[in-house]
Amino acid sequence: MKKNMNKNYFEVLRPGINSTFQDNGRNNFYHIGIPFSGAMDNRNFLLANTISNNEINNPVLEFAYQGPKLKYIGENISINVTGDVNFKIIRKNKNLEFSCYENIILENNDCLDILSTNRSVYGYLSIGGTFEVDYYLNSCSTNTKAKIGANSGEKLEKGQIIHLKYIKKILPKNKIEYLNSKIENIRIIKGPHFDYFSKDAIDSFLSDEFNVTKLSDRMGIRLKGPKISNIKNTNIKSEGLVKGVIQITADGDPIIMLSDHGTIGGYPKIGVVISADYDKLVQIPPGSKIKFREINLKDAETIFKLYEMETQNLISNFK
Amino acid sequence: MIKNISNLGDAALYCDFGTEVNKEINRNVINYFNNLRDSNFLGITNITPSYNKLVISFDLKLTSFAKLKKQVENLELKKNNNSKNNLIKIPVCCAEEFALDIKRLQKLLKINEAKIYETFFSKNYYCYMTGFIAGMPFLGDMDKSLFAKRLETPRVKVPKNSIGITEQFCNIYTFESPGGWNIIGNTPVDIFDNKKNTEPNLINPGDTISFYPISKLEYEKKYE
Repeated sequence: MKKNMNKNYFEVLRPGINSTFQDNGRNNFYHIGIPFSGAMDNRNFLLANTISNNEINNPVLEFAYQGPKLKYIGENISINVTGDVNFKIIRKNKNLEFSCYENIILENNDCLDILSTNRSVYGYLSIGGTFEVDYYLNSCSTNTKAKIGANSGEKLEKGQIIHLKYIKKILPKNKIEYLNSKIENIRIIKGPHFDYFSKDAIDSFLSDEFNVTKLSDRMGIRLKGPKISNIKNTNIKSEGLVKGVIQITADGDPIIMLSDHGTIGGYPKIGVVISADYDKLVQIPPGSKIKFREINLKDAETIFKLYEMETQNLISNFK
Repeated sequence: MIKNISNLGDAALYCDFGTEVNKEINRNVINYFNNLRDSNFLGITNITPSYNKLVISFDLKLTSFAKLKKQVENLELKKNNNSKNNLIKIPVCCAEEFALDIKRLQKLLKINEAKIYETFFSKNYYCYMTGFIAGMPFLGDMDKSLFAKRLETPRVKVPKNSIGITEQFCNIYTFESPGGWNIIGNTPVDIFDNKKNTEPNLINPGDTISFYPISKLEYEKKYE
């Protein structure tokens, strides 16, 4: 590591299940096989940086299910946690409880223990300042498949040190009142291969429940439910994918592409999740049941506008 | 030319150039890709060329399907943007330990090993697209005598830098990854260099690839 680092740092006592540094993601590299990546739940990422009064694209630490346990060494620093997250700070053998979306002051030798995300998947840790991270192709987002981005393209590991580039003055006490709403009905737009499936299969796809399986990660969500039978061809000539695309595999199971997805795919695309539902989709944990509902493009665009206004309101009301 | 532009969700355009896979169609796709890269249309976040489709994703905060569709339809193409397309030579070592499926191919194709390699090395291959995993090139077309099905059960781990063939295509596994293509050799050249911050991929859509055989000794030297 670089020598002239800021003297404040975190030591990773427990890395958590899938803790990676993320920012807004990288654009314009799909054509060479590099996906967008970036924070899975974009709204919670933006709120984390808003509360820290950071640049909107500042790196955050994303965690899934069980988060990391971090020991802090250094001058007092403001931090916050966003998402639906259960965490505590251990200070001189005392457990201190805090809530998400508020500025918290971390002191020397404090231990931040991010225990779990509650009936959700992802949460975010932001600091008033910046983690010292590597950038690759204009983004620090870690992509563990291509081994690029912060932390040499790897998840956090036990015992490692997270250096800080700089820290800010302590921020005034402040909080965003925000509740993460959950959804079970995912709104989709018809995909280009809608007609590869029988009428019965489409009826079933749009009315039956699907289980979110454990084979879900930053690349995609695998679903189990009624088999979606194909009447044309279970393979297509491989072509470009985007996040939110729902492919039906040769076995008849849907998979939803998420932020680290393979950039091209050879299964028919039955639909695409609307942009406004993406942040909530990624937060649905394995074991949950979901349903799909079809809407048209015009409605999807309107719903996104409203979602974006809501996000901007949360941000501007805080400032 | 683009036959049809439809929406892929609410934040991407799906441009259809036809259903066949051939160089002529693909050159058209790549010509659009190169022209769009130079166009600076507001809001484009990614452009993904493939055999006969072009997917353009965009930031819904900045533009919309209708707006961008109109811009793409009215795009004035600068013809034959070929300056960006290179000829790249890739060494391949076909030692037994790398040619994981050569025995299977001999049986399947009913031709001997020497003839398989002679045929494979005698052609140049065209890069239709790169992707799936970072930097992986999809190359074609194979000689008809080498058309082979995928493995019935895909490998959980195909070694990094393996050369695989299936049907009319061959590819290079830029990372260790799951995969079902028939592996005939391995290259010491890194096709995707994750240390390089500009143009980390050696092969781009539209490039021409010629493979040449090297011995185990040369392979090890190149790796040093």
